[in-house]
Amino acid sequence: MMTILFCAMILSGIFLGGLTGRMPQVSQAAIEQSGEAVTLTLSLLGNFCLWGGMMRIAEQAGLTRAAASFFSPLTRRLFGGLNPKGTAMRAITMNLTANLLGLGGAATPLGITAMKEMKKEERASHTATNNMALFVVMNTASLQLIPTTTAMLRSAAGSPHPLDILPSVWLASTVSVLCGIAAARLLSFWRGGQ
Amino acid sequence: MSGIGDWAIPSVIFLILMAGWLRGVNVFDCFLAGAREGISTAFDILPSLVALVLSIGIFRASGALDLLTTAISPAARLLLIPREVVPLALLRPVSGSGALVIFQDLLAQFGPDSMIGRIASVMEGSTETTFYTIAVYYGAASIQKTRHTLPAALFADLTGFLMSALAVRWFFYS
Repeated sequence: MMTILFCAMILSGIFLGGLTGRMPQVSQAAIEQSGEAVTLTLSLLGNFCLWGGMMRIAEQAGLTRAAASFFSPLTRRLFGGLNPKGTAMRAITMNLTANLLGLGGAATPLGITAMKEMKKEERASHTATNNMALFVVMNTASLQLIPTTTAMLRSAAGSPHPLDILPSVWLASTVSVLCGIAAARLLSFWRGGQ
Repeated sequence: MSGIGDWAIPSVIFLILMAGWLRGVNVFDCFLAGAREGISTAFDILPSLVALVLSIGIFRASGALDLLTTAISPAARLLLIPREVVPLALLRPVSGSGALVIFQDLLAQFGPDSMIGRIASVMEGSTETTFYTIAVYYGAASIQKTRHTLPAALFADLTGFLMSALAVRWFFYS
């Protein structure tokens, strides 16, 4: 799926760029954007270190276990087949908690740990399991309770009540998360082989 | 309003450090071990990040994105999504920074408390950068076959966009 998308975007972009005479821009984008990815990684690096370190402390202090058992009624139902007390489930819980709190910087490294742990626990090779797909879908839909960046930009643009959109945001994100979970469940018959 | 955001990160750090210290965890060594792992995680995602940022860059620079926006607008209008926010909806799942630029443009052009400004705000606040998440998570776990992940995630995004427009009409204009 990602292969098709990758090829489609690049090939259609180059084709269209050739037709409309935008080759200079396309050529520049190809070179500049690859460098951009490295800059992005470097800017994430410190964040990953910070939260990697913090999570290791939280783990040792027993905080992640406490959080995992608090959310366990929900997560056990969503991620059937995973050990409710295992490392994978703990990482999943911490990722979902970080998402709810709006700690985007913490959610990504935790989510990656969760993926690696799920891969180990479910002995996956190169194909996503149902639990992995569900987990990624939940991460692609926003779980954040208070969209701080959006609120900040609204207030910067002169809105007197930047958070008056909260009920709408909650409604929209709840519906989209539920639809994502439902779709992931319904489509789980989808096989990986070609 | 930015007050809440300013408190979240420091208080989480405070709580974790306090708990670790009180429970006799070797806090500093633990932090170093976790941080070292963070370095390898960051480099694990680099290849998929290059692929993603590159394909989006080419797609945008060639004008293909603008073309797609024009093509989709009539369908969006049927779904009560104003034409002006279609570029935001298209870019939001693909590029977080790109969407932010469009979002700021919309706020400046129509005002944050206009209907378009509000729908854009709800869209921006209720969805995530889908492709980035998929590329990064699967890339780091070196999973090649993502099966139904992308269709399910895009379906969730689509319902999120629809609900954004509906919710704003419902809460503010009914």
